[in-house]
Amino acid sequence: MPTPRSSRKKRKEVFALGAEAVAEGALLAGCSFYAGYPITPSSEIMETMASRLPRIRDGVFLQMEDEIASLGAVIGASLAGRKAMTATSGPGFSLMQEHIGYACMAETPLVVVNVMRGGPSTGLPTSPAQGDVQQARWGTHGDHSIIVLSASDTQECLHMTVTAFNMAEKYRTPVILLLDEVTAHTREKITLPLPGEFEVFNRVVPTMPPEWYKPFEETVRGVPPMPPIGSGYRFHVTGLTHDVNGFPTQRPDETVDLNHRLFRKIDQFFHDIQVVEEYQTRDAEVGVVAYGSVARSARYAVDQARARGIKAGLLKLGTLFPFPKAAALRLLSSCRAVIVPEMNMGQMSREVKRVNGGRSSVRTLNRVDGQIITPSEILKALTQV
Amino acid sequence: MSDVTQLIHQYLRHNKKFPHVFCPGCGHGIALGSLIRAVHGLSLSKDEVVVVAGIGCSGRIAVYVDFNTVHTTHGRALTFATGIKMASPKLKVICIMGDGDALAIGGNHLIHAARRNIGIAALVLNNNIYGMTGGQTSPTTPGGARTATSPYGALEKPFDLVDLARAAGANYVARGTVFQAHLLDRLISSAIERPGFNLVEVLTPCHTQYGRKNKFKNPVDMYQALKHAAVPREAWEHFSEAERKERIPVGVFVERDEPGLEERYRVMQAALLARPKAREALPEPNGHDPASTKAKLEGVES
Amino acid sequence: MKRFTALERFEIRLSGLGGQGVITLGKVLGGALALGHGFHVTQTQSYGPEARGGASRTDLVVSTVPISYPKAESVDLLVALSQEACNTYYRNMKPRGILVIESDLVRQPPSNFYLGLPFTRLARDKIGVPQAMNSVVLGALTWLLPFARQAVMKKALAASLPAKVLDKNLKAFSLGYSQAKKHFGPPPALWDGNGDETEEPGD
Repeated sequence: MPTPRSSRKKRKEVFALGAEAVAEGALLAGCSFYAGYPITPSSEIMETMASRLPRIRDGVFLQMEDEIASLGAVIGASLAGRKAMTATSGPGFSLMQEHIGYACMAETPLVVVNVMRGGPSTGLPTSPAQGDVQQARWGTHGDHSIIVLSASDTQECLHMTVTAFNMAEKYRTPVILLLDEVTAHTREKITLPLPGEFEVFNRVVPTMPPEWYKPFEETVRGVPPMPPIGSGYRFHVTGLTHDVNGFPTQRPDETVDLNHRLFRKIDQFFHDIQVVEEYQTRDAEVGVVAYGSVARSARYAVDQARARGIKAGLLKLGTLFPFPKAAALRLLSSCRAVIVPEMNMGQMSREVKRVNGGRSSVRTLNRVDGQIITPSEILKALTQV
Repeated sequence: MSDVTQLIHQYLRHNKKFPHVFCPGCGHGIALGSLIRAVHGLSLSKDEVVVVAGIGCSGRIAVYVDFNTVHTTHGRALTFATGIKMASPKLKVICIMGDGDALAIGGNHLIHAARRNIGIAALVLNNNIYGMTGGQTSPTTPGGARTATSPYGALEKPFDLVDLARAAGANYVARGTVFQAHLLDRLISSAIERPGFNLVEVLTPCHTQYGRKNKFKNPVDMYQALKHAAVPREAWEHFSEAERKERIPVGVFVERDEPGLEERYRVMQAALLARPKAREALPEPNGHDPASTKAKLEGVES
Repeated sequence: MKRFTALERFEIRLSGLGGQGVITLGKVLGGALALGHGFHVTQTQSYGPEARGGASRTDLVVSTVPISYPKAESVDLLVALSQEACNTYYRNMKPRGILVIESDLVRQPPSNFYLGLPFTRLARDKIGVPQAMNSVVLGALTWLLPFARQAVMKKALAASLPAKVLDKNLKAFSLGYSQAKKHFGPPPALWDGNGDETEEPGD
């Protein structure tokens, strides 16, 4: 972890890829463990970590045999007290789903970055897409709660990675950061924040004597404290449904307690988890809901529409799940039409339609040809509603 | 007897409801006993021992022992263990897997853990069958054996785990049986104590799912067969082909002394940190180009 | 020296063959414009199926205001270092856009309005290192772009190179700059009206 050397130190500007900004953000957040498997278009994150982590005290970088092993090692490292992450793309993300579920169940903080590429299957490895949005929410089996974030430019890649780590540690949950090929591969000038300039949340560890510690006990936040393995708090971690001691159970009362707590620990902090940016929405009559690189096109389109006298506004989603319902309702209530441009056949528009309840006319704008949605396409849609 | 009682009190969890899940006649409890005696014999503190287990009957051992325990996903125990060991090299990481766990769904992780020579003691409890799921064929089920998924006899050739681990580069490879508990104690003790990836195959009978379908009248039959089959490696090497039939060599097969991955990593890191302050911020010298990465992946000169 | 105080979405596309160093050129040019000159710059690259066929492309958007859409939509400056790249991307140019070609490799320009230099030949014959071709291009572009400053570009180029090839590449840069000055004519006339300029003392 970086330590502040001088408060007068000047912020550094660098010309970096989105992928490099993710790595930078991870290191600023205190990430000291990366395990991964190369896959286009996410490999630059892995390569940057391979170069940086061994040069940091206690930094560990591992290339594993596949994505399943990568996330397994990340979970292991997190249990051992590390802030840990991996990055992948479509096919690798599919392979990781079982362990994402394990991390939900065993409440293991970690960050998975998925740089989305064209799918299904091997698809278009070098082209952007946003086809993994619902998979990020529902990819692993079983009912579960999870946090899914996104970023649309290089600076945001850095900040959202820090946010992802903070949320993972705060809520003891896997956090998925969804990028797309354009976001990860856009080189831009970014400003590196100084240590201390941003919040870094560190895991809450138990302070009671080990014999009092119940590893999966209800707490005020719903998040039990988590000691690193080897610190004297010996307990059992399992993917089986477990009681407050971590031991497997089939008792209905203990089962429901666990499942409810796993949802509640996230549900009761929507105000903290749901990150959105509202741009020109105050007086908007037509709205756009967008995320990832498409949000950049949308912002440009909103500016152009405003220049033509159309009162357009943009709701940019930083958090995709839990879906920012309150912010979406604000836009839906004031706009006669809301356009949801996505590089998929309509995944986030499902959420917008779900919460709409007849308030507005929700229009989809989809593209699945491996090309980014351009501002002119969104502008055209804005002028036609 | 008091020794056993003392070990039970010291190493089994008090707050976990027994009895355990193992069937009468199962060898897993003996393997568990060997594990505890080995840890005790090495005077390790319970806090420094991590037991990482996979899915299956063998995986349930983790819940009974009073160490740091992680019950992982099917076949992936070694990946969790690798993460734990690299994150915290001072811990003694013991990985318990079954034959289906380690060799079918987790086969890839097994060979790569051996190749990396990561500092883990891997115990593969081989009962030739998927016990917990109801007696299906595993990669170590002998040819011709009847199982729930080979009702007309298994057609496939079983893996020889010792050969596999040796070829993959494990530091230490041994095979023991639950019939020879003292030998097993020693093998497991060495596996925990030595550096690098150390594997012990433990032959352990499953009468419930394997024996009953394959003409073993009762568990005692299976232990007698095991007693007959197991011969010391040194003796086995002088056997003729005919004598080797139906026999299984036990003992130590590989003893290398190469440093584990975590130790090699530590040395590399220490050298890097000793260098004059490396450039901290982006961009990297000779930074990353998606196109050049792609070209590398495609084998195209860029 | 003129400094641009308002430049909105100046789009540059560098295109050519894999191996010509197009992406590296984009990285150095983009880095210099972003960090050295203080512009907002996005650099994206396309390396899909073209990478196999040997095509390579990178887009730069340069602006004094934050850039929303990061890809080039209508190109102000197209640099084509191969015939195929020229054919593929010519149609993406703005009506008043400028085409710069490698005149040995683009044998059939799509229009008579273009600026051409034999960059590869210059690098090979005058510098002795054909790989320094992209430094020659960078020099020429530095002359051509009214908002680019020679000293800053040179510094950025130097920072991106290992010591043993530094000299040759700096020479190649100067060669490109002087050749462009000689053959391309004065730059500001090319993009009249794009951006406001203020007079500043030279740097």
